[in-house]
Amino acid sequence: MILEPLANYLFVSVVLFTVGVYGLVTKKNALRMLFAVEILINSANLNFVAFTRYLHPTSVTGQALAMFSISLAAAEAAVGLAIILAVFRLRRDVDVSEIKGLRG
Amino acid sequence: MVDAVFALLAVVTVVSAILALEAKEVVYGAVALALSFVGVAGFFALLDAVFLAMFQLTVYVGAIAVLILFTVMLVRRERWLKTKEGVYKSVGIVASLAVAVGLGYLVYSSSITHVTTTVEQAPFTLIGALILSEYWAALVALSLVLASAVVGAVVLAKLERD
Repeated sequence: MILEPLANYLFVSVVLFTVGVYGLVTKKNALRMLFAVEILINSANLNFVAFTRYLHPTSVTGQALAMFSISLAAAEAAVGLAIILAVFRLRRDVDVSEIKGLRG
Repeated sequence: MVDAVFALLAVVTVVSAILALEAKEVVYGAVALALSFVGVAGFFALLDAVFLAMFQLTVYVGAIAVLILFTVMLVRRERWLKTKEGVYKSVGIVASLAVAVGLGYLVYSSSITHVTTTVEQAPFTLIGALILSEYWAALVALSLVLASAVVGAVVLAKLERD
């Protein structure tokens, strides 16, 4: 099977990263911001695997790093969703522009 | 020449990522996000990282996406359907387009653009050996992070309402 050139994977990763940045900048709903962070992490993982496949295919370092990254993302999602649930119980909404309790 | 499977995966992944952020109903957004994770798992499979593709499917689609879906259903509000972003939206589009042009130009102008390989990918059975030999410290740290994340999530979930 013929492989794509590395650049195609990098371009997909760039587009995913762009979508993630867009969501993180625009959205005020904490859930949507969490979605955007997950998309960003996915684009980074794609880079890890693509680079190790093309530039160092005799090792699996990139895959191991991507595994660590996915596990970290799972922990991050669990804590983030717990925070969102706690904020929702206190405020009845998760709009980050309305949550000013810690503002100095 | 772009492979048809690659093009299909790229379209599915990117479009569902955009849908995850732009769908009016957050529940549909969460489902689209899960579809985007499946697309990335497909990319992993194309890159001969079969184990990682399965790992992505079980952890991301099986655990994270389902957890997100549960939370979305718990905290959903009707008024989210008519939120306006206003000036933030144009600022966000400009900012992210700047990021896209910058990173895209970086990839395009670099010497790695046409890199391709004929070497077989090393078998995924090496991952376990690599993690336990070279990256054992990271593995221990990660297990501690996961344990403390679980404890923290439970504490936050038990927070009493004042």
